Amino acid sequence: MENRLTVSSSPHIRGRETISDTMLDVVLALMPAAFASVYFFGQRALAVILVSVVSCVGFEALYELIARKKVTIKDYSAVVTGMLMAYTLPVTIPYPMIIIGAFVAIVITKQLFGGLGQNFMNPALIGRAFLLAAFPVHMTTWALDRVNVFGAADAITGATPLSTEYTGTMPSAFEAFFGQMKDGGAIGGCLGETCAAALLLGGIYLLARRVINLRIPLAYIVTVAVMSYIPGKNPALQGHPLLAVLSGGVMLGAIFMATDYATSPTTRWGQLIYGVGCGAVTSVIRLFGGYPEGVTYAILLMNVLTPLLDRWTRPRVFGEVKNK
Amino acid sequence: MPKLTFKGGVHPKDNKDYTCYDKIVELEQPEFLVFPLSQHIGAPCEPLVKKGDRVYKGTKIADSAAFVSAPIHSSVSGTVTAIEPRPVPNGQMVNSIVIQNDFSDEEDPSVEPLDYKSVKPDDIPGIVRDAGVVGMGGATFPTHVKLSPAPDKKIDTVIVNGAECEPYLTSDHRVMLETPEELITGLKIILYRFGITNGHIAIEENKADAIELLTEKCAGEGITVDTLKKKYPQGGEKQLIYAVTKRKVPLGGLPADVGVVVVNVDTCTAIARRFMYGTPLIRRIVTLVGGAVTKPINYRVRIGTPVEYIIEKNGGFAEEPKKVIMGGPMMGQAQFRLDVPIIKGSSAILCLTEKEAELPEEEPCFRCGRCVAHCPMGLMPLYISQFSRLEDYDNCEKYNITACIECGCCSFECPAKRHLVQDIRRGKQEVMGRIKARQTAQKEGK
Repeated sequence: MENRLTVSSSPHIRGRETISDTMLDVVLALMPAAFASVYFFGQRALAVILVSVVSCVGFEALYELIARKKVTIKDYSAVVTGMLMAYTLPVTIPYPMIIIGAFVAIVITKQLFGGLGQNFMNPALIGRAFLLAAFPVHMTTWALDRVNVFGAADAITGATPLSTEYTGTMPSAFEAFFGQMKDGGAIGGCLGETCAAALLLGGIYLLARRVINLRIPLAYIVTVAVMSYIPGKNPALQGHPLLAVLSGGVMLGAIFMATDYATSPTTRWGQLIYGVGCGAVTSVIRLFGGYPEGVTYAILLMNVLTPLLDRWTRPRVFGEVKNK
Repeated sequence: MPKLTFKGGVHPKDNKDYTCYDKIVELEQPEFLVFPLSQHIGAPCEPLVKKGDRVYKGTKIADSAAFVSAPIHSSVSGTVTAIEPRPVPNGQMVNSIVIQNDFSDEEDPSVEPLDYKSVKPDDIPGIVRDAGVVGMGGATFPTHVKLSPAPDKKIDTVIVNGAECEPYLTSDHRVMLETPEELITGLKIILYRFGITNGHIAIEENKADAIELLTEKCAGEGITVDTLKKKYPQGGEKQLIYAVTKRKVPLGGLPADVGVVVVNVDTCTAIARRFMYGTPLIRRIVTLVGGAVTKPINYRVRIGTPVEYIIEKNGGFAEEPKKVIMGGPMMGQAQFRLDVPIIKGSSAILCLTEKEAELPEEEPCFRCGRCVAHCPMGLMPLYISQFSRLEDYDNCEKYNITACIECGCCSFECPAKRHLVQDIRRGKQEVMGRIKARQTAQKEGK
């Protein structure tokens, strides 16, 4: 019977939590924003999310089958990418473009670099950035009311409040928090980003489940709030820290995008610097850049810095500095 | 009183209920006992007996001239039947003395009680060495070495490590409950050796009865009983010292560098028994536990008793074990075979069923950073294990691989179930070898 004993290296017990548990937590945390998007933008929002998720999962499985790798769609990471990318798209985006975005996100950004954890930039954001560069008009058309599944062409559209072309009344912080103007119209923006309340709810869940910690989101949000006092190209926004934080993609970015494990630092100080960096770059683009919003590029830029931040902020080894 | 603790660590299910309520049971002696000549850290012993020699309970049967080493004593009376390589718990074959028990339990004439106050403090380490006492928490570092720090290291605190943070293990807990006098005497002997009074007994909060009992027994003795937070690896030497004294043992240093000596509970009672009854280290408490065990229990076992004999006396296995571990589930060693003997550092025999032993499949690291957040040593296991796999030993060293205490927190916490400790352990051995080679080269260069 001796030779039936398993011999392996310690530890011989492991914690219960797995990658798919973590990813499922993120999916759950993204749910409130999904409901909010359907509430504000109609059935087409749901269709956009579904197309995005199905094509992300599909590309992941397809690539792994062709590359003869283990199919890992059960870890839900492609579901998260699909949801996140959908949240950064306008509700009126043509469906084929979503599929192209999913291909760029999953195949080019994630799988070609080695799959889960090996990508050095956020797949959902690269998908969005690609679409923004390829289809700038479709990507910046913002519906202000609910849209039917096949009614994209008839949607009432307008600019986002962050844009200098915005002509409507500025939403109050309260309106921006819930994502709806007093007259009942939606605030122009991407699917998942307009309702800060829904994102915050998800964020609290992730914090409670210890999937994320406060360092990155808080550093990000505080930096954007502080930098809102700097005069920039859009005087209507200057000195409104709450509005700066609650409008556009900051909440979505700070809670769900910047905290992506694979592309953010693992050390305490690294996470803080990274959060501040994301906030600063976002603000600089908003204040002086050519785009109304800067979350996507801010996070992508900081993604690239992540390995360096980890190296520069190695924690002090216990006992490294001698006691007095 | 606030519960003392350290930064990092994990919370595995402690599984101590199986054995922590029942009294220690004296295990019958087997007919054949095996005494490996190396059951401690340091130089292996040379046998002092030969085949056919008559030995008694407490007879010194092996010793070494080296300072970092400890003699070995026969735990029964009988005859030496062989001196030959035998399997030991770490998987190696080690030259061992085999003794056939005559069951008379006759004591060696050298076994004589000694009043510790009648000897000079500086003579205590020698007596402790002669009794074969080593760290019984598992590391088996010879205790007299701890009691003989370099002259420039002033010891001002002695801590008895009653954390017992490994899941399943309850031997220290039972010892604290059943022989508190031995424990306190042992601590007093160590304090006497250093001429100090600052003694601590540090116990994890999940052993409330032991804390209560020892607090009561220590009243008026000047010994502090500390309550530690229940967290693994609370009993790690550096973590324990930090929790109790807030001092950090410098990287690559020893507890003596911060004026502290730490001893395990059973080690402390072993020192006491040498003086109180004259007996050297010939027995230890072993927790027999796990889903495959018929009757989970703490046994008082003669050192040298084969593991298979203990299991047989327990009524055999309840279920076929998939994995048998010497020690706890976090740091213990999985066994190839069950004819290995109980040695000085064997704190437990943990027999896991197929279900309990099941390890999940390794998945890719997705950089969640939990290993960094939970590492009690402040290391970055995700990078170090990667460097080790890539055989990039320069970076292993740069990321302080040698500071790893192999506690297993990173592997335990990893959602991707990566074998972080295994990778790091391999890299650590390589780096230690390189450092040693460099030092030798440097010496020769001079």
